[in-house]
Amino acid sequence: MKIDRRSFLGLGLGAAAGIALSPVGVKLTDDSSIWTQNWPWTPVPEDGEITYDRSVCSLCPGACGISVRKINGRPVKIEGLDDHPINNGGACLHGIAGLQYLYDPARIKTPLKKNGNKFEKISWDEAISLVAGKLGEIRESGTPESLGLISGADNGSMAQLFRRFMDAFGSPNTYTMPSLESNLALTAAALHSADRSLGFDIDHSDFILSFGAAIIEGWGSPVACIQANASRHERKAKLVQVDYRLSNTANAADKIIAVKPGTEADLALGLCAVLLAKTKIAKDSLSGDVNKLAFSAMLEKEYTSDKVEAITGVKAADVEALAMAFIKAKAPVAVPGKGRGDVGQSLREFAAVQALNALAGRLNKEGGVFVMWPAGYLKFPENVMDDTAEQGAGKAKLAGSVTELVDKLEKDGGLSALFIYNANPCYALNNTEKVKAAMDKVGFKVSFSSFMDETALKSDVILPASIFLERLEDVVSGAGLAKTVVGLCRPMVKPVFDTKHPGDTLILLAQAMGDSIAEGFSWDSYEACLEEVTGDIWDTLSDDGYVVIDDKPPVGTPVTDFTFLSSAPKIDVPMGEGDFTLVPVDKMRLAGGSMISSPFAVKTVSDTVLSGKYSVVEINPATAGALKDGDVAVLKTAMGTVKVKIGLNEGIMAGVIGMPRGLGHTFNNPYVAGKGVNVNDLIGPVIEPGSGLDAAFGIKATLSKA
Amino acid sequence: MIENKKVHKFGMVIDLDKCTGCGACMVSCMSENNVPFKEDESNKKDSITWMRVYKLTNGKSFPETEIVYLPRPCQHCGGIGDHGHSPCVSVCPATATDYGYDTGIVSQIYTRCFGCRYCMGACPYHARYFNWWDPKWPEGMEKYLSPNVSPRMRGVVEKCSFCYHRYQLAREQAIVEDREIEEMEYQTACTTACPAGAIVFGDLNNPAHKVHQIVKPDPHPDPMNHKVVGKSRNPKVFRLLERLGTNPKVYYMSEREWVRKAGDNYLKGEWENVKTHHGASSSHG
Ligand code: SF4
Ligand code: SF4
Ligand code: SF4
Repeated sequence: MKIDRRSFLGLGLGAAAGIALSPVGVKLTDDSSIWTQNWPWTPVPEDGEITYDRSVCSLCPGACGISVRKINGRPVKIEGLDDHPINNGGACLHGIAGLQYLYDPARIKTPLKKNGNKFEKISWDEAISLVAGKLGEIRESGTPESLGLISGADNGSMAQLFRRFMDAFGSPNTYTMPSLESNLALTAAALHSADRSLGFDIDHSDFILSFGAAIIEGWGSPVACIQANASRHERKAKLVQVDYRLSNTANAADKIIAVKPGTEADLALGLCAVLLAKTKIAKDSLSGDVNKLAFSAMLEKEYTSDKVEAITGVKAADVEALAMAFIKAKAPVAVPGKGRGDVGQSLREFAAVQALNALAGRLNKEGGVFVMWPAGYLKFPENVMDDTAEQGAGKAKLAGSVTELVDKLEKDGGLSALFIYNANPCYALNNTEKVKAAMDKVGFKVSFSSFMDETALKSDVILPASIFLERLEDVVSGAGLAKTVVGLCRPMVKPVFDTKHPGDTLILLAQAMGDSIAEGFSWDSYEACLEEVTGDIWDTLSDDGYVVIDDKPPVGTPVTDFTFLSSAPKIDVPMGEGDFTLVPVDKMRLAGGSMISSPFAVKTVSDTVLSGKYSVVEINPATAGALKDGDVAVLKTAMGTVKVKIGLNEGIMAGVIGMPRGLGHTFNNPYVAGKGVNVNDLIGPVIEPGSGLDAAFGIKATLSKA
Repeated sequence: MIENKKVHKFGMVIDLDKCTGCGACMVSCMSENNVPFKEDESNKKDSITWMRVYKLTNGKSFPETEIVYLPRPCQHCGGIGDHGHSPCVSVCPATATDYGYDTGIVSQIYTRCFGCRYCMGACPYHARYFNWWDPKWPEGMEKYLSPNVSPRMRGVVEKCSFCYHRYQLAREQAIVEDREIEEMEYQTACTTACPAGAIVFGDLNNPAHKVHQIVKPDPHPDPMNHKVVGKSRNPKVFRLLERLGTNPKVYYMSEREWVRKAGDNYLKGEWENVKTHHGASSSHG
């Protein structure tokens, strides 16, 4: 319904005349509104019946339940789903802005093939046979292991389907991007046993000791964590934040322990040492554990409170007081993973924090940390593997982690083809120049992206994926939650563009390859596959929209193996030279990793974070020298030189420069790209021996007036 | 003409100790109300944000620094003595903005506005925004626009409406079923989005509603300042620039004194008096 503006004004005449006193005034205001309100294109959104549909958001690992409001079947609003076991009605700004991703003109609208420097449109048939042909050649040449895969997550049926393809093809070279989930799995493997993960029961803890975890800025399942924090006041639970800047989490904390960046592991070990020296409980909890002697000897010798003070900057008395406050709480838990816990993390730090939980007897206890079993609800039929597959898949992997892979590829190649799914390594890994150079060494890159991001731009063929609002999929919670919830993401609309569910794309590809590979992928569609592999839980999943998996809650105290910690070599990060340490800063309003912020999200970003084309860096006035607020300055690291704006900020430790993560995208989208710099460009990876993780949480830098 | 049986006074309490500054309320508001966006939104002077989250700090150095995020929708001022003459309403020559005596909501009728921007000058809370340009949605993105809120054109002023269309929907339903609107039936988009549960919305006139219970509004004019009505009897609760007598329906809550003090501009030593008075009024009634 459109109101005719003139008659509408006529109705209001009485009231308007009351103020304007004379009808002449009304005539004038009417005329001027006609003159000012001249809109050549007036959108009149179509009206109709209102309905609500349930689904799951899969933009980040959070796995929040969402409710989509539709008008005549057209989605107009996304909100958090009430009574959902993860997010209980809440949602974050990225999920709420989901419809902007759906209709984004910067989406990849059809399959594309690179021709020189340009992409040209091709049909799905052409795209599938092109990729199948290339892959067939690789198999025939007898080197199936030279197909690689970089994907975003390691859980859910899509991850398993990709792995299945790699196995049937004959390659062990699958890699996932660093994530909190993968880092927790590595920690569990190093300290407890492989194939487990860690879940933090923050909801029931009364003393949360966070080692820089951005609990209210996107750590873990963001909405669940924000809610766990919000209920803290009622539960009278304390939050102590170990940090070097006033993050939003630190700001919400009852107490901040200021540490020098990169010394969190030392502080955690110092706390372990106090527990061991001063409490009986720590000694008891060590019984039955592996390599406890070497570990306790190391603590005793190298982590006295004085030594810890010298390393971390935390006073010896404070180290001791903190350790005792931790052990005296009823249900304390120590939480590892700086920022969102993904890029730039060392296993030593994760392991040290988990050792503190182990020593305090907090494993598998309410309000502590659970050593969790894998969700294990998927039952895939046995794969079909021919000789080539058996041989190739049995070979050793090229590298231990995606960062090591990049290193290897850049130096001496090693992959003839690469699949990229749900990942944007050319943006999200440290030293993006090097990642791009590594990409150039791979002959044939196939992207399953939905958006023309930095990595898609590097690809040879793009098989565009439908986004979460257009597809059916199981979405598994993980990311440090103390429970496992499988949600069902359902299509809210038909694909807006000529895209496909990546599961369907993979099935088509396998079938085009023929022989044993096709045999292992004999489903008619991904939907049929999902229904089959979720067998037992499918009915509940499709009726309720989620299933809480709790058939095997962890019981008993798992054995802790301290070998890694007592032998973990300390590495020298941050590298390079300069008076400052540059650290990335995770913010709730900016997506990092492979998720790209929506225009709405970018709009909410404060002008103390982004100012025009400039990223604004946080620096303490005490160390700013002649630099003033708002000055343009040159920031230099061993990896590159950029211009930034200065944001003087008392809330950051002297000598540290905080730079927001999630800016500096370089693709063609004026609403979200071309703004600020990508902090990952400026940081060089430092690979931690023993884990293969990129431990570079920061880098030395210099700052001078432009 | 449809009338409600009761006179409502819809209002909001925002718990500043809970707000994390996550911005979900801002985006929920924008997507609910067809708020547009531009290529460069970093100049906040011309960025349209009905709900805007401000950041305040105590100015101390790390680790003593404290920050508080202050979400600011339109305050839906009741005006001097709470008689409905809100600052913006009284100056509008076109009656494009109006006070709803049955709801307490200050409305904005875009088709009447001719862009003189007197209201923007009059609003002490910078809650009003001017459309310098016609909004443009990138091709295809207009498909998510909601029919319940009209898109605005160049030359008009816009602002938060407490999601008035949600009230209309709830009211229609209630009228059909011949009953009063229930508390949870009408909630603003920012309230429902907030993952921290920092925002509570409801009818300040209704003792059963949470907002009323938190605020405990004093029905009498403030004895120290007769312009002020509806002052909170909860010492933790305050309004922005309360002493102006604009009588906002948005209340803020904090345990921290420096935060409550930041709600107004006080002369040296003045806060101590106000504080005592604030405390005194909490025992009143
Ligand atoms: S927290 Fe993650 S899963 Fe939840 S709504 Fe936000 S982006 Fe989606
Ligand atoms: S906050 Fe401003 S726009 Fe809103 S009612 Fe008050 S004066 Fe008017
Ligand atoms: S959604 Fe809630 S927590 Fe987030 S900024 Fe708004 S009021 Fe604060």
